[in-house]
Amino acid sequence: MGANLFVNYGEAVAAVLFGIGFGNLLLQKNLIKKIIGLNIMDSAVYLFLAEKGYIIGRTAPIVTGGVQSVEAYINPIPSGLVLTGIVVSVSVSALMLSLTIRLYRRYHTLDLDQISLMIKKEEET
Amino acid sequence: MDFICNFPFFSILISLFSGTICSVLPGKAAKWVNTFVIVLIGAMSAALLWYLLGTGESFVYMMGHFPAPWGNEIRAGVLEAATALFFCIVMLLSMWGGRKKLMEEVEPSKHNLYYILVNLLLSSLLALIYTNDLFTAYVFVEINTIAACGLIMIRQIGRTLEAAVRYMIMSLVGSGMLLIGICMMYDLTGHLLMSNIQESVTAIIEEGTYVIPLVMAIALMVIGLAIKSALFPFHAWLPDAYGYSTISSAAILSSLVSKGYIFLLIKIIYRVVGFRIFHDTHIINVLFVFGLMAMIFGSLSAIKENDIRRMIAFSSVAQIGYIYVGIGLGTQVGMLASVYHIFAHAAGKALLFIAAIGLTDVSGFSRKFIDLTGAGYRNKIAGIGFTVGSLSMVGVPVFAGFVSKLLFAQAAVNNVGKMLPTLIALGISTILNAIYFMKTVIRIYTPRPDAPYESVAIGKEKLYAVSIVLFIALNIMLGMSSQPVVDAIHAGLEMFG
Repeated sequence: MGANLFVNYGEAVAAVLFGIGFGNLLLQKNLIKKIIGLNIMDSAVYLFLAEKGYIIGRTAPIVTGGVQSVEAYINPIPSGLVLTGIVVSVSVSALMLSLTIRLYRRYHTLDLDQISLMIKKEEET
Repeated sequence: MDFICNFPFFSILISLFSGTICSVLPGKAAKWVNTFVIVLIGAMSAALLWYLLGTGESFVYMMGHFPAPWGNEIRAGVLEAATALFFCIVMLLSMWGGRKKLMEEVEPSKHNLYYILVNLLLSSLLALIYTNDLFTAYVFVEINTIAACGLIMIRQIGRTLEAAVRYMIMSLVGSGMLLIGICMMYDLTGHLLMSNIQESVTAIIEEGTYVIPLVMAIALMVIGLAIKSALFPFHAWLPDAYGYSTISSAAILSSLVSKGYIFLLIKIIYRVVGFRIFHDTHIINVLFVFGLMAMIFGSLSAIKENDIRRMIAFSSVAQIGYIYVGIGLGTQVGMLASVYHIFAHAAGKALLFIAAIGLTDVSGFSRKFIDLTGAGYRNKIAGIGFTVGSLSMVGVPVFAGFVSKLLFAQAAVNNVGKMLPTLIALGISTILNAIYFMKTVIRIYTPRPDAPYESVAIGKEKLYAVSIVLFIALNIMLGMSSQPVVDAIHAGLEMFG
């Protein structure tokens, strides 16, 4: 059990990073820190995928020097998935940041709980 | 392969492209493009449904030039086509019913942006319905989330911005879990296509190796989707998002967006994991318990609410609970009840939101119950619509909600171990539903002697009246002639398994 953890240290690191990101996204009050947490979480998933797709001793799946054998290259699909995932996470982060800017301009704070309080006060007056 | 087999692909592509086209059109033209696209896709889905009911077999459509284990695929069966058709109808009627309000609440320069979002939302929903590839499903889940977030924040007041942020955070937690679940699943099975994964999953279970990681991956995917569809403890964002966004958004979000995720979940249960294996993992019991809690606590929150739109939003929490209880029962009949309730709830809840806005508009734009007194007389068509929607949600015969409650009760009786809690929760929840909906109906039909607000004639807002009448017809049709719908769902589920 422990030995497996040491051999697959990449996956173990990915799991730890996922936990850190997940916790930050859920528990931080500051919106920017939440977005950082989101990005850590997504990066952990990409690390996990990249680690899974890598085969020791092989190179990136781009044909160079006329080597066409399958044995020479790593599995290209996880890399493709990572690229797709990065595109998704970039757009989501951009959307979250733009929302944060909107809220900051209106309420001059990044704390979501304070913003809620200010909105309630705004409605009462 | 017949030409009609291209229709699922066409409908996804048409709605995606029309979204792009709407970005350069003025608001009015974008509106027509949007209506045309929804009607066209609805017609194509209807034709597809007709074709599939005729052949009685689902088909797989290859995307691109790579065959099964490598390429991407679309799969269409009766259930997929029926859901696509139903989503198009509800979306069109919600857009009609909220059009006037949309014009008032959203800046004129942003009208075409709204139609872009609606078209993107439709295309992502269709992709979730039709896709046969897990990673494609993840990508469209995210597109769906982004479009839904846009629909919430297009009306720019403090409340909607806050609701949009809260919605995004909860959704991102859910999609993060879904993504890591899909990656683990890919890692364990080596496939991304649903049918290939299912073969590998069966093999893994038979060999008995890697069972714990497999259950973990399934749990992550299921819980991720449950969070995204606002199952009970994760519903904090929901009342504000449904209660303050423009009314078309609220109707679409409550009746379609969360249902898209649940449809994907049902697809994962049947097509990726396999119904039997999923049943044996005990994740089903977690969904069952949270569903029961949602049924009761959602209704209790709705009773406490003094704001009509937030009340309807909390009622959604309870109804989502019903759907998860149906899934959690772990029988074919329970699943059938859940899918039927997806339809019944979509028809009823969209009607309630659209009717509620008519009632608040003739009460000085106030959502407080005290101001709504007598609103049913001031806007007659909205009053009737609200009454029908309430009766349907409570589960009075003739309307759609009754049939789904009947199906849930039948499913509960079939499952001995879970019969008692289900029936008790069903009873309590029905009584609570009746309390808050009937309270509102009595309130809007209590005459008000001082009459401080003006009435609205039915003929003045024709499109609004048409949408409410069609929604009422849809509810009664689902309630009165439920047998063909139930048969179609049954056939669709058979094709899944």
